[in-house]
Amino acid sequence: QKLAASLNPAYALVEKKTAYKDATTYNNFYEFGTDKADPAVMAGSLKTRPWTVVIEGEVKKPVTLDLDSLLRLAPLEERIYRLRCVEGWSMVIPWIGYSLSHLLKKVEPTGNAKYVEFITLDDKKQMPGLRSPVLDWPYVEGLRMDEAMHPLALLTFGMYGEILPNQNGAPVRMSVPWKYGFKSAKSIVKIRLTKEQPRTAWNQSAPNEYGFYSNVNPQVDHPRWSQATERRIGEDGLFTRKRKTLMFNGYPEVASMYAGMDLKKFF
Amino acid sequence: MAMSQRQMAVIKTIVFILCLLPLARLVGFAMLDQLGANPLEFITRNTGDWTLYFLCATLAVTPIRKIAGWSWLLRLRRMLGLYAFFYASLHFLTFLWFDHFFDLAEMWADVLKRPFITVGFLAFVALLPLALTSTNGMIRRLGGKRWQLLHRLIYLIVPAGVLHYYWMKAGKHDLSQPLMFAVLVGVLLLMRVWWRWFASRNALSQGR
Repeated sequence: QKLAASLNPAYALVEKKTAYKDATTYNNFYEFGTDKADPAVMAGSLKTRPWTVVIEGEVKKPVTLDLDSLLRLAPLEERIYRLRCVEGWSMVIPWIGYSLSHLLKKVEPTGNAKYVEFITLDDKKQMPGLRSPVLDWPYVEGLRMDEAMHPLALLTFGMYGEILPNQNGAPVRMSVPWKYGFKSAKSIVKIRLTKEQPRTAWNQSAPNEYGFYSNVNPQVDHPRWSQATERRIGEDGLFTRKRKTLMFNGYPEVASMYAGMDLKKFF
Repeated sequence: MAMSQRQMAVIKTIVFILCLLPLARLVGFAMLDQLGANPLEFITRNTGDWTLYFLCATLAVTPIRKIAGWSWLLRLRRMLGLYAFFYASLHFLTFLWFDHFFDLAEMWADVLKRPFITVGFLAFVALLPLALTSTNGMIRRLGGKRWQLLHRLIYLIVPAGVLHYYWMKAGKHDLSQPLMFAVLVGVLLLMRVWWRWFASRNALSQGR
């Protein structure tokens, strides 16, 4: 199903886009199984309409929005972003959405709002992977308020000119391109603004391996592997060397948000 | 069930060809561009899986031979063990070539930094002397006793291989498959402990 949007030239990355087939059959979405081939096979059971998203917490105007109201909230843009997975591979994906800041401004955050928490659907009937205790469900992710307000942080409804396929986090997900992929919550049902740093799923499960910030950083290795290089899916074949990973995944405009922070400590 | 020389030759040929099928499948997939979005991952996991299958098959020879009374199975053990080494070599070559592009310093850093690779690497290195001493000539030169002692290394190698797999999956909390291997290998090893204990008790009671 097509989703109309015009390309935002500020984010029209001139890199080869990942093949649609690769981007939709190689997914980490544990709600539908832990193998990367699982989501494409299993996610048919996800019902993406009707769908509502609750926005609550430290806001003056909490609201529950259905998908159509969300889609109408701001003009949809196409943006071509790099996606770097914490596992050491990457893709280039044309997403469709708008900056999350549009939504956050609408609900008027209070002075206490320091973080934004994203909560994924938690329904065993639709998501068979929830039966295995690989994570403490529901999947929770989070951003600091300034990160969430950054124009790059994209509330995403589509990719490749179409609505999101279920396995890619339909009907609404985040795309936070300067952070490892798992920071971008999928199939979001609740967005909560909080005083305290959210207890995010991967950080809870292995705090020494997955930090709250998880900015793409070639200088900070994962405890079990190097993050200095990556393999671009569909491009870096078996007989090519892996490419160098870029600081903040090649989005230097976010660096000022971390000025003065020890990024080895706040990894 | 006894096997004639001729029957044995037929069985060996069939098993030899069957054991090559996983490699043939992998090559076929590569030529048809069916290795998925991340071919490196596919090949690494596939060769790793087959190494574990062959290691388990090698360990299963003695228990099955004893339980079913198929003494001829023993004559397949060397081939199965060598195939385990063969797939382990492909697994290691994938890591060295496609992952690190023969950059030995980079590979070595990886081996030291990541415990799951350290233990996998050690298991692979420990397989080398077993493969090298698998010929009849080497058995003769070493003498049966010493040869047997050396080849008991397999009782460390296989659990190390399972641990390698377990640690690889542990970070992602995805342990169902490594646990399956752990149970299987545990059973195969415990059977040996049990038989040994039984044999020594029988020997004692006969001595009395």
